[in-house]
Amino acid sequence: MSDIVQASALTRRFDPRLSLGDRIAAAFGARVETRPVRAVTDVSFAIRQGETLGLVGESGCGKSTLGRMVAGILPPSAGDLRIDGEPVMRHGRKTTTRIQTVFQDPFASLNPRRRIGATISEGPIAHRLIRRAEAPAFVADWLARVGLDPAVATRFPHQFSGGQRQRVAIARALAMRPDILVCDEPVASLDVSIQAQILNLFLDLREALGLTCLFISHDLSVVRHVSHRVAIMYLGRIVEIGPAAQVYAAPRHPYTQGLLDSVPKLRLDAEDVSFQPIAGELPSPLSPPSGCAFHPRCPRATDLCRAQRPELAPHPGEVAVACHHA
Amino acid sequence: MRAFWREYAENRVALAALAVVLAIVCAALAAPLLAPQDPYDLASLDLMDARRPPGFVGSSGYAHLLGTDAQGRDLLSAILYGLGISLQMGLAAGTVALTVGAVLGILAAQAGGWVETAIMRVVDLQLSFPAILLALVLVAVLGQGKTQLVIALVAAQYAYFARTAYGAASAERRKDYVEAAAATPLSTAHIVFRHVLPNVLPPLIVVGTVQVANAISLEATLSFLGLGLPPTEPSLGMLIANGFQYMMSGRTWISVYPGIALIVLIVAINLVGDQLRDQTNPRLRR
Repeated sequence: MSDIVQASALTRRFDPRLSLGDRIAAAFGARVETRPVRAVTDVSFAIRQGETLGLVGESGCGKSTLGRMVAGILPPSAGDLRIDGEPVMRHGRKTTTRIQTVFQDPFASLNPRRRIGATISEGPIAHRLIRRAEAPAFVADWLARVGLDPAVATRFPHQFSGGQRQRVAIARALAMRPDILVCDEPVASLDVSIQAQILNLFLDLREALGLTCLFISHDLSVVRHVSHRVAIMYLGRIVEIGPAAQVYAAPRHPYTQGLLDSVPKLRLDAEDVSFQPIAGELPSPLSPPSGCAFHPRCPRATDLCRAQRPELAPHPGEVAVACHHA
Repeated sequence: MRAFWREYAENRVALAALAVVLAIVCAALAAPLLAPQDPYDLASLDLMDARRPPGFVGSSGYAHLLGTDAQGRDLLSAILYGLGISLQMGLAAGTVALTVGAVLGILAAQAGGWVETAIMRVVDLQLSFPAILLALVLVAVLGQGKTQLVIALVAAQYAYFARTAYGAASAERRKDYVEAAAATPLSTAHIVFRHVLPNVLPPLIVVGTVQVANAISLEATLSFLGLGLPPTEPSLGMLIANGFQYMMSGRTWISVYPGIALIVLIVAINLVGDQLRDQTNPRLRR
């Protein structure tokens, strides 16, 4: 199968916006933060046609920033993102409708003053996928496909529950007939019982529409459930990427191993029901550690890890790992 | 529209306020028919009738229901005409200032960079000293007249709208639904007019109702200082100011009746504005 999404060396820095006062203070030697935040550094990957790539990492590791770049919301500081060889953004503006997004918080991602029918149909109307007269039937069709009563098209977002809103958000994204869907923590803000419903809806629609997906989550079990391949991010870089079955069964990077070990398991037979958290906290992306960014927390760290950053290197079984000791 | 009206009518106080506003507007429009005297026609004034209490039957043969002022003007007639002038000035200044302020505020929030800095620094500068100073200078430079007065009032008041619009627009722009619209992608114009503007308008309406009332009082202040409208076209504010010097001598009606008219007008406008705000916020709907 061919690659549909090609990301090469994607990088995003956030430069602090200094006010005039801050700049004057900095000139006089005050401790004003002038260093840029490197949210995502030099990330390359490809997603194949029809594949779902799961993106996992701790809060603050840059996975949402990466997702926003892939979705065409945030222009990369450096690097290149293409769909079938076509750039997603030109001059800081998104130029394609082939990629659409489902956001984390369905309370915030729907305009509170628009009826949901208008929210679903506005993109297709603006891009002339449908004519205005066709909108009611179009909206009713999409509401039915995401499991909502077509009669609710005239309601406002606040009249729905979180799960129903996320269904509306999914309908809005898919109504644009995308080939690729970016899901940025789509179930993180939902109750566990609702999460399963939304995930099943997502799987059904992915199957029916042949979607390619980038699925971002901090929840390892959710990602395992939906992904063909997974990428593990740590402090703005991918540290391990490979087929989901491989990565979950035989994690090679110490961080991936730590992540999998830190998931609490429900086992009645084992006497040891405790789990192993990863020591320490995510370092500040303002001043990443030297060498391998994971070395301060890594049980296998050596002098080589402190001095030199490991590159993402291929391993058997289509896995790539960035570790000197993998 | 019908549903909107039915919902509005559920609030009895707002309904009464709307009735009062409409009654005042009608009375002001029909002033030439209703008023027993034309207060602009100096020939119909008789100084012998000056400062008479309510109910006095003057030389022209009819009762002055609300008394007369220092020039012998029938106060009821003057109030009816004055309401019209005050409403005109307040509404004209309020709507123009709202439009100018909303455009500048949303532009600043949307454009960012030096445009944002330039617009908002000017606005901050203006908010840091009394609006009346700027209005005074402008009226002094431009001269007397309704258009000049509206320009002065707008220049003095747009900053409040710009501040509000800027604050609301910057908050809305960072919300996920605007990001979702940008990710569709929809054009910037589409996002501004269909997404940002409808969410910025409600706070502007609230500020607007207060500012219409402020414009009316600002105009009254300018008129009192002799810089607003000419004394031959008395607004409510000027009537109050004219009667002020007689308050201590017991001839309170000259100031009190125009004052009551002004208060009723301003309170009614504010009540209507409150209901509009509540109704345009879907989260407050049942």
